[in-house]
Parts: sequence; C-alpha cells; structure tokens
Amino acid sequence: MKAAVIVFPGSNCDMDMQHALQLAGMEVEFVRHTETSVAGFDLIALPGGFSYGDYLRSGAIARFAPVMESVKEQADKGTLVLGVCNGFQVLTEAGMLPGALKRNDGLKFICRPVALTVENEQTPFTSAYEQGETAVIPVAHGDGCYFADDETIAALKANRQIVFTYQSELNGSKEAIAGITNERGNVLGMMPHPERAVEALLGSSDGAPLFDAMIKHWREAHAPAT
Amino acid sequence: MKTVHVYVTLKEGVLNPEGSAIERSLHALGYEEVQKVQTGKWVSLQVEDGPELAQRVERMCEQLLANPVIEDYEIQLSDEVTT
Repeated sequence: MKAAVIVFPGSNCDMDMQHALQLAGMEVEFVRHTETSVAGFDLIALPGGFSYGDYLRSGAIARFAPVMESVKEQADKGTLVLGVCNGFQVLTEAGMLPGALKRNDGLKFICRPVALTVENEQTPFTSAYEQGETAVIPVAHGDGCYFADDETIAALKANRQIVFTYQSELNGSKEAIAGITNERGNVLGMMPHPERAVEALLGSSDGAPLFDAMIKHWREAHAPAT
Repeated sequence: MKTVHVYVTLKEGVLNPEGSAIERSLHALGYEEVQKVQTGKWVSLQVEDGPELAQRVERMCEQLLANPVIEDYEIQLSDEVTT
C-alpha cells in the first residue's frame, strides 16, 4: 500500500505521519505542495502543522496549493484521504468536508491526550476499532472548534459521518465532534493526532488501529481472486 | 486605483469567544454599559479600477478572504489611495 504525505510550507507533523504509516506497513513518499499530481497512491495524508503560518484562517491558503486540485481529483475517484489537525482544517476550507474549524471556545491552545469515542467503526479508517470503543489520542490545536449549521449536523448524523467524538467538553465543537468523513466515507478529517499514538512508548497506541484499518481496507480491495 | 476595505466577522449565531473575553474585561474595568463585543479582521487592498471591481472583490471574499460557513464580510470602496 502506497501513501503520500503532502508537505505544505509550515507542515510539522509530516515525519510523524510518515513514521506511523511505515509502522503500519505502508510505503511512504512525501509530496510537496508545488506538485501538480498525486496520482498512483492508495492513501493521501494531509499532516498537522501550521501551513502558510495559518495566515487569514487555518488551512485557507493551503487549499489553493497546486497539489490540492489533484488531491480533490483522487478523492473523487475513491482514494483514501486522511487529514489530521491542520489537514482537517485544509479539507474543510477546500470544501472536501462540510463545516469549519474555528478558535477553541476557551481561546487556549490545547495540547494533551483526550478520550475519544469511536462513533462509527464501519469506515475504511475505523474498522479495526469496536463501535463505542474509547481511544485516547492527543490533541494539539488552537482552532479545533468544529462548527456547522443545524442542517449539516443533521445530515452528518443521518449518514453516520461523525466518526470520533470527545468524551468530555474540550473546545466547544458542535456535538463534541472530533472527526468526520465525507458522505462517501473515503475522506476523514480529525483534530486529534493518531500518528502521535502508535506505540506504548509514546504514551498511547490507541491511534494504531486507524492505520491498521487502512491497510486492512487496502488488502481486502486487492485480495487475489480465489 | 481604488482602496478596498474588507471587514470579516463571525456570522450571527456563531460564538465569538474573543469578543466575549473582551466584553468581560471591559465589564471588569467598570464599563458595564458595554454589550455584544464583536471582533474580526480587516483586510485593505489597493485594486486597479474596472467595470467589474465590486463583483470581483465579492468573489475574492467568497473564495478566500472569508469562510462563508462561519463568516460574513462587508466591503467598502473608496477613492483614497495610500502610498
């Protein structure tokens, strides 16, 4: 399974992401924001960080990077896309996921492990978790308050697009949303950093099943005919 | 050239925690008459004048300067040009 990690100016979780993907058994290539094609990968990961200094709004400038056209095209073809933290912000700004991420209600940058509930285990990203399972994964964000209008929230619920929620109040997110998918289910955006929780040495390995699930999904899709 | 001022604010109904924090501080200073403090961004542009100026600035706001999911914007055009 081949994964691309997109590197914007100001991305800073790109190498953590590479490590987590490799640990799960993927081949990883970094793809710079200036590239115009990101074809030929099974997964495209948008890492955390502060792309373009978070100028204007988090992710607002990155969405116009040359590589993003191709990321959209590949997502439309069904390629898995994982956006973590700033990656999630870029995906909402790009219109690839509904809603927006705004300043945390408490105005503070929050950097600590938090308990999440796996709300939907039937996605290519979460099939290695149990429905309702608790996963402790760190967050590190100042702009992580998820907002969408009531109509959008109702649609997210109806389509089971809410994948992770915070177990206790964290940043003011509507419905305690920590991560959502697109309607098709092949694009996931989440504020917590699963790539920072893939080994017990890091304090938690609760992020590892997310990477294992993507590999599992790929294997099932590429299983030799019997 | 025209000078364009764009004011970007959070939509009504979207909580502005920064505004609330400022309001509380003003109350703490004794300015209890203050209500509904809002904050936002101001973007100033020098733009070559043209027949579609207003529409083009509007598109700039929709595409980049504001995020229509959470923000409103207000455009002011003027003839003054700063150097």
